[in-house]
Amino acid sequence: MPESSAPPPTIAKRPSLTELLVSFAVVALSGFGGALPWARRMIVEQKCWMTTQEFNETFALSQFLPGPNLVNFSVVFGSRFGGVAGAAVAFAGLMGPPLVIVTVLAVLYANYGDLEVLSRILAGIATTAAGLLIAVVAKMAAPLFTKRWNSGPLIAILAFLGVAIMHWPLPWVFAGLAPVSIGFAWFKR
Amino acid sequence: MNTSPLSTLFGYFALLSLFAVGGANAAIPEMHRIAVEVMHWMNDRQFADMFAIAQLSPGPNVIIVTLIGYHVAGLAGAAVATVGMCGPTCLMAFFVARVWDRFKDAHWRIAIQNGLIPVSLGLIAASAFVLARAADHNVYAVVLTAVTAVVTFTTRMNPLWIFAAGGLLGLSGWL
Repeated sequence: MPESSAPPPTIAKRPSLTELLVSFAVVALSGFGGALPWARRMIVEQKCWMTTQEFNETFALSQFLPGPNLVNFSVVFGSRFGGVAGAAVAFAGLMGPPLVIVTVLAVLYANYGDLEVLSRILAGIATTAAGLLIAVVAKMAAPLFTKRWNSGPLIAILAFLGVAIMHWPLPWVFAGLAPVSIGFAWFKR
Repeated sequence: MNTSPLSTLFGYFALLSLFAVGGANAAIPEMHRIAVEVMHWMNDRQFADMFAIAQLSPGPNVIIVTLIGYHVAGLAGAAVATVGMCGPTCLMAFFVARVWDRFKDAHWRIAIQNGLIPVSLGLIAASAFVLARAADHNVYAVVLTAVTAVVTFTTRMNPLWIFAAGGLLGLSGWL
């Protein structure tokens, strides 16, 4: 591999456990409506703990795995710099502050959720939150539906029908569609 | 069946997390099916409320499981639901991370990732549908959902403003 074409060597800084905890807590608290851009900014631009490519590869792994992506990311990132302790600390930083906040909100909702004023406001927010999710779907769907013929749209529509219309359990729908879809992807090259 | 709600919560969310390809939003329909239709822990409106609260809270969207857990069994329920949803996948992430470099360029690995994209798209679309049905009870609400979708798709407006507008419209009693 020619050394000259490599990007300039990064100042490879290694975060301490405390830095991991604080940084992921900051990402969690600023990450309103998707914390990914904040995570990228902190890790790549501000702290220089990873290059853009390293970040993208690590995030690809987090997306590859099932479960909440950013939670997976915190574990993968933390374990890379601090083993088990690093993973635990990054996870605690990401989830700790939001858990405290949401628990307070849960208590408030349990006590005041029936108030007319509050339930009207929440109904309005839920209505817009559904719209936001539709926009997310549209953005994800655009590249899939504009390609030449491929199995993607059919699989997506079947998954939607099975879960949203037929109300089949997710594991069944997954077991029926994922192998077929992966098979198509395998042979497409 | 005399199982405690805590073990039920843990079991459901631990199983669910393993099928949540595409993150927490892909698992919303299954959470709704279990919490509203199968277990009758809550009604549609309460489920929509919890999604709204989770969106308003900072941090990962997966936090909705904490709200559901609290609703079912208080603080212990909140803890158990959160650990169930995050624990198994965190362990998996930890161990897969150590061998990732060995197979990140493997053909089967790329086939799995590409093959799962349409599945998670369908699941997130189902989430949007299930939420819209739970949240929208009249034609004004449906219009507001549609307008929000178009505005969010075409502009880069901060969702906070959109939620504020939605909350005000809700307060006005139109929805």
